[in-house]
Amino acid sequence: MQILVNGERRDATLGTTVGDLLRELEIRSDRVAVEVNLEVLDRQEFARRGLREGDRIEIISFIGGGSEELIQ
Amino acid sequence: MQDERLIIAGREFKSRLWVGTGKYKDFVETKKAIDAAGADVVTVAVRRVNITDRSKENLLDYLDPKKYTILPNTAGCYTVDDAVRYARLARASGVSDLVKLEVIGDERTLFPDTAGLIEAAKILIKEGFIVLPYTNDDPVVAKKLVDVGCPAVMPLAAPIGSGLGIRNPYNLKIILEMVNVPVIVDAGVGTASDAALAMEYGADAVLMNTAIAGARDPIAMAEAMRYAVEAGRLAFKAGRIPRKLYATASSPIEGIL
Repeated sequence: MQILVNGERRDATLGTTVGDLLRELEIRSDRVAVEVNLEVLDRQEFARRGLREGDRIEIISFIGGGSEELIQ
Repeated sequence: MQDERLIIAGREFKSRLWVGTGKYKDFVETKKAIDAAGADVVTVAVRRVNITDRSKENLLDYLDPKKYTILPNTAGCYTVDDAVRYARLARASGVSDLVKLEVIGDERTLFPDTAGLIEAAKILIKEGFIVLPYTNDDPVVAKKLVDVGCPAVMPLAAPIGSGLGIRNPYNLKIILEMVNVPVIVDAGVGTASDAALAMEYGADAVLMNTAIAGARDPIAMAEAMRYAVEAGRLAFKAGRIPRKLYATASSPIEGIL
């Protein structure tokens, strides 16, 4: 199936969970927040939440910066 | 009565100099500057993880959330919905339930949209966030933010990154008198004297980013700012002499030949 991750199309197998996706991407789950279709997930849901065709996933973390970064 | 410890929402902070993490050469420089500043509160922005470039290091690899208080901001948010969304994402990461709330009203000045700010603050406070709002120098807005539950306010000294220092000291003094929560001067600081002045007026802390990161020697400037904030705070607590138009001789008249 196809999902959208941080704005990019990606293939995923049916039954993939958010936790699986993070592992595939080699992203530490304790440093990120995840949103699926605009719903912010609780960390505990990562292992349980199965992804479906067309899901829009945002994987968010922190970077250095503030509003001034945008006017570059 | 001023307590010497900086306490916000029941949390104690050692340093009254808070720093941002943007505009540094790299994470190594970021950490060096933060440590030279003696800061224990650092602001960070909320953004998508770079999933294609796996080699990208994570800021939190350099700034241990156990050693520093990570204060996520909602930088880049121009609407209430965006600011609330980013705040929720920041909290969901598990790193902090503090949020430096920014609802930007204008691209060129980056001044806050105060109406949106108050609305977003209300929503987030209801959800249990500890909201530290980036606001302007309007005492009425500052009071409204406190009334809706913000445990501190962060009035700007001048536009972000402008280095102009405190543009409206009179309003800042009024804010300091009118609100009964900590006031953290945020944005627009240019050099050490600006930070010292803020503290001399009675601010509880100063937040800066560009003033350090954009200096020719960021590490040296970070150190300067550390002393400036300490000096300003000590001067404030020491109680300055009044300003007078005329001289007051320091030596007695008796004994003059």
